[in-house]
Amino acid sequence: MTKITELLTRLDYGTAPEDSAVVREWLARHAAGFGHFINGAFTAPANTFAVTNPATGADIARVSQGRAEDVDAAVKAARAAQPKWAALSGHDRARHLYALARHLQQHARFLAVLETIDNGKPIRESRDIDIPLVIRHLYHHAGWAEVLADEFPGAAPHGVCGQVIPWNFPLLMLAWKVAPALAAGNTVVLKPAEYTPLTALAFAEIAREAGLPKGVLNIVTGDGTTGAALTGHPGVDKVAFTGSTEVGRLIRRQIAGSAKALTLELGGKSPLIVFADADLDAAVEGVVDSIWFNQGQVCCAGSRILVAEAVAPRFTELLRRRMSGLIVGDPLDKNTDIGAIVHPVQLQRIRALVDQGRAEGAELHQGTAPEGCYYPATLATGVEPASVLATEEIFGPVVTLSTFRTPDDAVALANNTRYGLAASIWSENINLCLDIAGKVKAGVVWINAANVFDAGASFGGMRESGFGREGGRAGMAAYLATARPQAKRPETAPPAPVATPAESLPATPIDRTAKLYVGGKQARPDSGYSYAVPGAKGAVGLAPLGNRKDIRNAVEAAHAAKGWGAQTGHNRAQVLYFLAENLSARASEFQDRLHSFGQTQGAARTEVDTAIRRIFWYAAQADKFDGAVQATKSAHVTLAIPEPLGVVGIACPLALPLLGFVSLVLPAIAMGNRVVAVPSQLHPLAATDLYQVLDTSDVPGGVVNIVSGERDALARTLADHSDVDAVWYFGTAEGGRMIEEASAGNLKQTWAEDGAARDWTGDEGQGRAFLTRATQIKTVWVPYGA
Amino acid sequence: MTVEPAAHPPGTNDPRNPGMPLGHQMFQGRAVNRSAAERRAASMIARRSIKKAAQAAWLVNAVRCIDLTTLAGDDTADRVHRLCAKARRPLAPHILDGLGLADFGLTVGAVCVYPTMVPHAVRALRGSGIPVASVATGFPAGLMPLPLRLAEIRYAVGEGADEIDIVITREHVLTGNWQALHDEIRQMREACGAAHLKAILATGELQTLTNVYAASMVAMQAGADFIKTSTGKEGVNATLPVSLTMVRALRDYRDATGHRVGFKPAGGMKSAKDALSWQILMKEEMGNDWLDPHLFRLGASSMLGDIERQLEHFVTGRYASASRLALA
Repeated sequence: MTKITELLTRLDYGTAPEDSAVVREWLARHAAGFGHFINGAFTAPANTFAVTNPATGADIARVSQGRAEDVDAAVKAARAAQPKWAALSGHDRARHLYALARHLQQHARFLAVLETIDNGKPIRESRDIDIPLVIRHLYHHAGWAEVLADEFPGAAPHGVCGQVIPWNFPLLMLAWKVAPALAAGNTVVLKPAEYTPLTALAFAEIAREAGLPKGVLNIVTGDGTTGAALTGHPGVDKVAFTGSTEVGRLIRRQIAGSAKALTLELGGKSPLIVFADADLDAAVEGVVDSIWFNQGQVCCAGSRILVAEAVAPRFTELLRRRMSGLIVGDPLDKNTDIGAIVHPVQLQRIRALVDQGRAEGAELHQGTAPEGCYYPATLATGVEPASVLATEEIFGPVVTLSTFRTPDDAVALANNTRYGLAASIWSENINLCLDIAGKVKAGVVWINAANVFDAGASFGGMRESGFGREGGRAGMAAYLATARPQAKRPETAPPAPVATPAESLPATPIDRTAKLYVGGKQARPDSGYSYAVPGAKGAVGLAPLGNRKDIRNAVEAAHAAKGWGAQTGHNRAQVLYFLAENLSARASEFQDRLHSFGQTQGAARTEVDTAIRRIFWYAAQADKFDGAVQATKSAHVTLAIPEPLGVVGIACPLALPLLGFVSLVLPAIAMGNRVVAVPSQLHPLAATDLYQVLDTSDVPGGVVNIVSGERDALARTLADHSDVDAVWYFGTAEGGRMIEEASAGNLKQTWAEDGAARDWTGDEGQGRAFLTRATQIKTVWVPYGA
Repeated sequence: MTVEPAAHPPGTNDPRNPGMPLGHQMFQGRAVNRSAAERRAASMIARRSIKKAAQAAWLVNAVRCIDLTTLAGDDTADRVHRLCAKARRPLAPHILDGLGLADFGLTVGAVCVYPTMVPHAVRALRGSGIPVASVATGFPAGLMPLPLRLAEIRYAVGEGADEIDIVITREHVLTGNWQALHDEIRQMREACGAAHLKAILATGELQTLTNVYAASMVAMQAGADFIKTSTGKEGVNATLPVSLTMVRALRDYRDATGHRVGFKPAGGMKSAKDALSWQILMKEEMGNDWLDPHLFRLGASSMLGDIERQLEHFVTGRYASASRLALA
């Protein structure tokens, strides 16, 4: 034993290894390998591959590579179990989830040690962060199961959920996926990451111990091919994926047109913004909690520090000192701050990116790391916005630091990314903080904090960080299906527009030309062509034939009108009421127009009246569809703010050319979105007539843009457009598939539905579901304390 | 105005902090975020785990840093004698033997008493090298006329006190009268002469961490040798977030002036675990130099007993009973 006198001169922390005997014994008992967990039992191990402990490089287990038939068996088991599971009362499902939570709690240390051995994360984190959050998630969702019928009346589960999760928080991501799915009455097939499948298998054992019915939870292990077999399986009704943006895109394309529900939680390159009046020590610790948490393998890690030039030298000095005190090494040692990188492949990737960054001129400040699968805490300064270190998600303990001058500058830099997952804002001025929180493109914003999580708070991204939320009410909603109307006779593709002169047109006192409506101005189509609009007997008019350039112009105009989203709900409501008023004043003109398309006078009157009522309803909602304060941790206000998506492309159904347009455009603009709408291809004149009403109603230019023409071509341009945030497409099945596939480019949100399915004149044509579609939840964490 | 920290090794040869004129720029506009301080304080001790021999060494070090304290209305000469006996021999001989410290000469950092008890302590500690610390300036509230408070310091120093733990006028902090605070401490420092001045901020009554930071900085600018959290008589005494704030203030003062000021948390710390927690704070934020009694003291009375029991457990492998160990 080292002499106490000698230890007294050094006063090191020494080592504090966590005992892993129980886990080693468990692994030894499973030395023959793990099978899949299907229908309540483990299959015999087959086609096994090695799972390693990244801290030592040692093989610790063998798990089975799931084949298509394994996935198929698992989906069948889930399908068979689903009706009975969904038929249980919420209370009965709550009891199961409660039991799961209790059993997880009783095995907490076992799971923490196993997670650390499998993943390489420090035992302090698995013990104090991962596993407690897992348990909290189960308890929280046991509660959702209990109150589901009251809180989500009429909602139903999707059915079978196929879930694919990453290796950075293996058990926590499982909990985030499984808990809401089961609470809602879905059954699950989950594929854990191939690097870290062990806690999922342990979870299966615990579920068995806790008496979860057979087939409700199924775990299939394997690599990406197994995951693809699962997400693409026709028996899966809802796909949930957390992982890289690259794979998220593949999945989006893979299941386009399949009618599967989809939520994606993808990558990030999140800013951490430090203003001059921040508590700099607090912000330094925020960096530690951001990028030196879980080895920086955190999708929402604040990996780009933006610091006010005025305090940058002092902040950098404090950060470098703090960095030098971090302990990198054995994950099982309770003193370890940074453990092992999950796999040598990842280590190589980090090294390659940092080398490239260095070659691009970044200056690196690094701590030390032991030999093996470890990477030191790294601060990169002198990083230009175009550098790979500033743009690529490194998924390692590497953070960049750059400076800004003003709040506007900070926001511009913060949003200069494809991603939009999280942001961390540091200032002692709450006025400033909340302003910036509103302006950053991020699904989660932490004010004077970083990486704070709770099951009661919604988590998820914007832009290429994905869509859908996990946790809280919005997370629960993502596992519930809203009624999806079915068409008796699905919409078929309309005839291509005919841009040659019509045989004849009805006589008018003075000839009137319908134009496109872009940026509040009437615009001739770029093509220079017009097409004939059919009526009951022959053509009734000409409509401008818009093309991709018109869409480009309309999207630009829509972006320029960004002030619309910042207006108060009241102001938007006033404009929309005025719109209804002016439409009402011209009701007979619109009725005649609809009649000219072949509708009866009665049907035309109903359509116009319904449109006016609908505009009133969304005007009323403009200042009422609001957010919530979520019940999370003590001394935190956690806001759930429904924000507009931004620029929404809308392709309208063929029928009900006025009401279809109004039913889709109004919820979008009521919530502050700007719209590029492609009106009914057959009868666009009902919409083009509307631009005069928009003009007279003080709808600001650019809020509503109308481009008529060939719907699918125009919608395709919108779906492809990188600066469009969402596309709603109401048309053919093939068109919907095309839109979903094309949306993968920037992972915009989509809403594709058969244009003939919905009864626009009735309840299906309006409601809160439209407003939910028109918004995304931004969660803002505001800690407080005198 | 950042300058390189002075390159003084820990030890009594450090030049004293001479202080400086009041400089608002070093604390005004410096807000401390309570939530973040609480998070850091909680995670700091969760991040570090000191076990076995290392823990024994850290606990022994804590003993070296303890200001063994009695500040009660019923203090008597014999009570102070008993405390001083414990200060000379803080651990039972079999524990010292077991730790290999029989010849180490382990003592506590100082003995801390009321001014009228100073002569008793001086007598009891003669030849031990253990400094006598006296509270003064109308401890604990400090609401006595300044001349009386200064006279009290001179009295305690005259009786042989080596260190004076003064209390500040909280009103000056709560009303933002920094000049008055600076002037007062400056005069107290002069009254101390060669005795070291520890400025008690009574942080429980300042309440906000922003106040704590500012008061810390003004006390150092006025020439405090140590800044100390509490009298032990406030509703809230030493806490980790408050300590973190004060330690960061003395770090900033060191960075700006090169002068090293000591830190003394006091009150409310009772356990060996507390002793480890506060030492972890010092090591994490300041490094090993601030694990030395020259720059770090633990103001506590019952903590020593718990440390002794833990060390006996380390030495014998059996859990200990306080009744078998000498009372302070």
